[in-house]
Amino acid sequence: MNRRADLPWWADYLLIPLLNLAAAFVLSAILLIAIGEDPLAAARIIVEGAFGQAEGLGYTLFYATNFIFTGLAFALAFHAGLFNIGAEGQAYVAGLGVALVCLYLDFLPRPLIFILAAIAAGAFGAAWAFVPGYLQAKRGSHVVITTIMFNFIASALIVYLLVNRLSPPGSMQPETRTFSPRARLPFLHDVLAALGPSISQSPLNVSFFWALICCVLFYILIWHTKLGYELRTLGANPMAAVYGAMSPPRLVMIAMMLSGCLAGFMALNEIMGSQHRMILDYTSGYGFVGIAVALMGRAHPIGIILAAVLFGALYQGGAELAFESPNITRDMIVLLQGLVIMMAGGLEHLFRPNIERLFAMRRPSIAGAR
Amino acid sequence: MDGRIASPGRRRIQPDAPAAIELRNIDKHFGSVHANRLVSLQIKQGTIHGIIGENGAGKSTLMSILYGFYRADAGEILINGSAVTIRSPAEAIALGIGMVHQHFMLVENFTVLENIVLGAEGGPILNRGLAEARTAVDTLKRDYGLDVPAGALISGLPVGLQQRVEILKALYRQAEILILDEPTGVLTPKEADHLFAVLRKLRDEGKTIILITHKLREVMAVTDSVSVMRKGELVKTLDTRSTTPAELAALMVGRSVNLSATKSHRKPGRCVLELREVSFTDAAGVERLKNVSFALHEGEILGVAGVAGNGQSELLEILSGMLRPTAGHIFLHGQSCLDLTARSLRRRGVAHVPEDRQHMGLVMSFEACENIILGYHDSSKYGAYGLLNRHAVIDDAKKKMHAYDVRPHLPLLRASLFSGGNQQKLVLAREIDQHPDVLIVGQPTRGVDIGAIEFIHQRLIELRDRGKAILLVSVELDEIRALSDRILTMCNGLVVGECTPAAAESAISLMMAGISPDKAA
Repeated sequence: MNRRADLPWWADYLLIPLLNLAAAFVLSAILLIAIGEDPLAAARIIVEGAFGQAEGLGYTLFYATNFIFTGLAFALAFHAGLFNIGAEGQAYVAGLGVALVCLYLDFLPRPLIFILAAIAAGAFGAAWAFVPGYLQAKRGSHVVITTIMFNFIASALIVYLLVNRLSPPGSMQPETRTFSPRARLPFLHDVLAALGPSISQSPLNVSFFWALICCVLFYILIWHTKLGYELRTLGANPMAAVYGAMSPPRLVMIAMMLSGCLAGFMALNEIMGSQHRMILDYTSGYGFVGIAVALMGRAHPIGIILAAVLFGALYQGGAELAFESPNITRDMIVLLQGLVIMMAGGLEHLFRPNIERLFAMRRPSIAGAR
Repeated sequence: MDGRIASPGRRRIQPDAPAAIELRNIDKHFGSVHANRLVSLQIKQGTIHGIIGENGAGKSTLMSILYGFYRADAGEILINGSAVTIRSPAEAIALGIGMVHQHFMLVENFTVLENIVLGAEGGPILNRGLAEARTAVDTLKRDYGLDVPAGALISGLPVGLQQRVEILKALYRQAEILILDEPTGVLTPKEADHLFAVLRKLRDEGKTIILITHKLREVMAVTDSVSVMRKGELVKTLDTRSTTPAELAALMVGRSVNLSATKSHRKPGRCVLELREVSFTDAAGVERLKNVSFALHEGEILGVAGVAGNGQSELLEILSGMLRPTAGHIFLHGQSCLDLTARSLRRRGVAHVPEDRQHMGLVMSFEACENIILGYHDSSKYGAYGLLNRHAVIDDAKKKMHAYDVRPHLPLLRASLFSGGNQQKLVLAREIDQHPDVLIVGQPTRGVDIGAIEFIHQRLIELRDRGKAILLVSVELDEIRALSDRILTMCNGLVVGECTPAAAESAISLMMAGISPDKAA
């Protein structure tokens, strides 16, 4: 975070992300030309598929909901200087919590089911992130290593539970029974239909609004609470945190649990809002893409929403593209998405040094300037 | 000096031979920092030359230029009388320059021999290179008494032996000039003595040795000549035999601008902070503080003088609750405060201006107003129910920045964009404005311009005149003498002695060199 000390905000928050995105698009275009496709036509199909009609838009926002949760999860830990690579596993375990509530407590009043499911999602995700947090805080085991390992443990645990414990008797499918309609989050098209306007069906459900509320809560926590101040201090200068009478181990554990909690909310969208049952590998990489979303969104809720919608559009528009052009297979789409993730996440610092040098040339002395 | 290692065959050096190393007007800037100012130096072959100076005096920069890590902005380097350009460590090695770094550059899970040949394997077949190396290393070990088990893994060796591997590595590459950067920092006194014996032997074989250190004892024990560096300048080069530790200490610390802080005479009041036999041993097992005892009273400034790195930093961190002493007692207002956290110490009126404002006292990427609340952010005046009231924070910052004349007067400006003096004023504004009973201050004017120095000194004296207690740690002797009511001098973790600010500078210099006044008398 310190490294970007000397860029004006617009270069940091707009210019560099757009440059990275442009580079990804150029690379994608070269790839498409290489297999004999027209990149402009492909781009049109992606944009129309993602935003063209209500159905496509619904899918885009449905995917974006996942990315907002996992993006916020990574961003929160990032503010405290931690790399939580485990949103995938935390969301996976949170799916279990949601499923347990929806399977066994579905006799309760509906609002209560929703609240309990949200609590279970957050608590299971937080608990799964707590162990790596504790190990880093008290034993010095780096969270990058432990959270990755915990993804595998989560995967093994859920496979065991779905195969041996939670699948209904007589079923060969490694999944739970379908939740009763009472324990499902309302689809947005149903909500709107009840209010009057009718839109085409998509898995977009009310957890999208919870994602937006989480963005507001995230903003307040990070920039307008004392806990957020302490987390940011720890992330920016751990020595200053010790000097400022804070307890880094405590903050590390809190940051990891809050991060895991946010990742866990993704289960509300997928499990309770769309699948209506707990299935194997339902997280399918959303946790990892959340890293790119958070980095591209500069760990700020507004940026994360924009980046999440972009990735949602790539997922939805990409699916349309694979459907429309026989030459472009599903694997090709994954490759294109991978290019964007690579440029926005992995190579986030590719253009930064040059941009910084450019600005340093333009303004030889910035001391005292505003 | 040491009968055991007196070498029978000291190699003859021609008296008129050119200097092994000559530096002419070496100049180096890092951004706005002038790390080396026109440094000129001659070192004769077959001598041990010490370079001393405090942290940041430019010693390591100078040696890094000689070893090819950095290139000088201006100046010349002559090796054995011929001008050379050294663009990389590889070129330095080719010229016969070897360096033993402060932090060893060894591969932990390689054997001693593998580390020695690393980068000089002599062909793609490793076994042949290793066999040749084994013979060569055996000869070196025998010649210089550098006994190390060649087959042992580095990770299993004590640091003293690891250092010998570094020296062997340089010698294996036919180094004639050996640079050692703070070699004894990690060694026990016994290991250090052995190192010195080895260095003398190397010198007697005609090698030229440069020893970078800030420990006077070592310079006196092992060098033939010594150069003192301060603030990037080479202040003086002396013959070790004709100088004294006190003279060297005085040269290292130097005289800053003439400080004329005026302060009224005051009778100190009750004792607020008392240390009894406080000791601290760090994680590496080095004893940083040894049985430190003193009392700090209301209405007095107690100065702690000494060359940097003699336990003052640890003292500051212990008193502010960031470190726990390994032994001893500390009393605040007569009550033991050993178990208090940094947070509760602050609540009880102990404020701390840290030595290193950029790495500890401030978060450089935060706005000034966010820095103004660091350590006091949980106070209810900055917001209730765990919320941070930004308006309150900004208003408070505006007031404090005005009172302490922090320029530019912008609470939303990032701390990194203020000058050093204004950054320090931010820290002081924060700490003094909490009306502490005890203020612990480290290097209050390091890197601060003259105008700000005067301002900061006045604030400290004002606080003292209001009856508060101040512990002032500074490496600037003039600052200590201008502000303090009493002066303690530290050397090697010990409080060597106490004196008044009127005491002669030579007396304080002696104490800074570890010679207590009663011994000197």
